[in-house]
Amino acid sequence: MRAFSYERAGSPQEAAAAAAAHEGAQFIAGGTNLLDLMKLEIETPSHLIDVNGLGLDTIEATAEGGLRIGALVRNTDLAADQRVRRDYGVLSRALVAGASGQLRNKATTGGNLLQRTRCPYFYDTNMSCNKREPGSGCAAQGGYSRQLAVIGGSEACIATHPSDMAIAMRVLDAVVETVNAEGDTRAIPLADFHLLPGDTPHIETVLAPDEFITAVVLPRPLGGQHFYHKVRDRASYAFALVSVAAVIQPDGSGRIALGGVAPKPWRNEAAEAAMPNGARAVISRLFEGATPTEDNEFKVTLAERTLAAVLAEARG
Amino acid sequence: MSKLSDFEITRRNLLIGSATTTASLALPKFSFAQEKNTGQASSVTTIPNSAMTEVGFTVNGEARKLTADNRLTLLDALRESLQLSGTKKGCDHGQCGACTVMVNGRRINSCLSLAVMHEGDEITTIEGLGTPEGLDPMQVAFIEHDGYQCGYCTPGQICSAKATLEEIRAGIPSHVTEDITGEIQITSAEIRERMSGNLCRCGAYANILDAIEHVAEDKA
Ligand SMILES: Cc1cc2nc3c(=O)[nH]c(=O)nc-3n(C[C@H](O)[C@H](O)[C@H](O)COP(=O)(O)OP(=O)(O)OC[C@H]3O[C@@H](n4cnc5c(N)ncnc54)[C@H](O)[C@@H]3O)c2cc1C
Ligand code: SF4
Ligand code: FES
Ligand code: FES
Repeated sequence: MRAFSYERAGSPQEAAAAAAAHEGAQFIAGGTNLLDLMKLEIETPSHLIDVNGLGLDTIEATAEGGLRIGALVRNTDLAADQRVRRDYGVLSRALVAGASGQLRNKATTGGNLLQRTRCPYFYDTNMSCNKREPGSGCAAQGGYSRQLAVIGGSEACIATHPSDMAIAMRVLDAVVETVNAEGDTRAIPLADFHLLPGDTPHIETVLAPDEFITAVVLPRPLGGQHFYHKVRDRASYAFALVSVAAVIQPDGSGRIALGGVAPKPWRNEAAEAAMPNGARAVISRLFEGATPTEDNEFKVTLAERTLAAVLAEARG
Repeated sequence: MSKLSDFEITRRNLLIGSATTTASLALPKFSFAQEKNTGQASSVTTIPNSAMTEVGFTVNGEARKLTADNRLTLLDALRESLQLSGTKKGCDHGQCGACTVMVNGRRINSCLSLAVMHEGDEITTIEGLGTPEGLDPMQVAFIEHDGYQCGYCTPGQICSAKATLEEIRAGIPSHVTEDITGEIQITSAEIRERMSGNLCRCGAYANILDAIEHVAEDKA
């Protein structure tokens, strides 16, 4: 691990200001992703801003009938919150489908959204990777791509976003709230938060370097039945090959987002109109323009079958 | 201040050369770290532009203070700086659970946490759970049910096992909880799922499960 200086921030804006003041600074929350990558020298921050002392660890009701989740709320606490379990079951389910009990106790809401890809070549510093080292090439193209994206990728990068939590938040139309060094705040719909790789796969979100996430806001509850079905190589403690987050209403309409298939939570509101026509109709809309590799084309079939299972369960 | 930063830079360069995360105990001592903070309004002991930070926490009830290399993980602080080698290092990447300890009553992977991030925390390691004369019931159960072979994963398994039962009793749902709005039962499926962050290369899983179920029944 490279040496770095360290400070404990006193307020969200102070944290943002510290990030603006130090070239190469990064925030550290749970540390479960950042430290892992620092040990491998994939991340080499010169300065760490510890944001754990900021509070931001409560979940509050909003005037609109939703919930404001502080950026430092731990994944365990978010999954266990009675309101989340009752009104946003898809989110509870997605959280407990991710990582392990120990990791969820540390992992935060903000950090989870910003966790980096699990592409094996991103982790292997002997291989070329445009995300890790812009311009170096992409070893996954023509390489082992079983886990990687079938849609939304580019020539430059076909990595997936690994978060389970983010898939559920996308279905719920969550909004990310931030503050920067000047104290300016903004609210970014999760749909616009993560970027597709294009020619710049190292730029993964719309956040500025000094922009700090303060909260994630959930709009008022949708009702309906909530599902998060995750398909993976082991029964537990593995990243998704494919996951389906769904909220389904009694009349069969609803919302669907897919994980494990794209560089960001994959949702297409137009595809949801096809729900009464069954899983195949929805999946063919969702995967319009998909460019799977030989290794990962199975994901399209797997997604269809997983969605079919969800729709069948919803019908009871 | 400028004099100080010159010194800081020298020290930082010194540390940059070393790839390992070492505790201050193994490095030359810089006494100015304490001086610098005297008279500062802020209560946090941060040394800007420095590669070392002072931190204080309790381990198994005992107050400990370190001037730690910022890179020092909590795991290495426990094992190397504080000589508490009960907590094990398996993968060092959050994947195996051998390093599991309790921080403020919750289990975490100590390999994926920096020591300097634990100011004021209460840490409990396997050494704090029981003594050879006064074992914790979970330790007794692991012995009685042969919940290990080589024993390397065992301290992490035992910390996690205790936390698993507490988490179920606290009503924290898991991936296998059927009704996440209802009360959660202690079942073998719940225990297995919640223990999935602790790997055992010897494959003692069946006996580990027996040990945990035994403790759960005793307390029920
Ligand atoms: C073995 C293992 C298995 C895992 N399995 C899964 C899984 O199955 N599913 C899953 O979804 N995840 C999984 N994870 C990933 C885990 O969920 C993430 O590591 C965790 O959510 C990251 O949160 P954190 O608070 O620890 O982030 P950190 O590591 O502290 O930070 C991650 C990034 O976010 C930035 N950041 C943090 N907070 C803020 C903020 N408020 N504002 C701006 N930037 C911020 C940091 O600068 C850093 O760049 C796994 C991890 C491990 C190690
Ligand atoms: S797919 Fe993306 S992350 Fe993986 S090697 Fe290619 S550029 Fe790197
Ligand atoms: S050593 Fe920490 S999880 Fe393996
Ligand atoms: S007893 Fe040997 S690794 Fe578990």
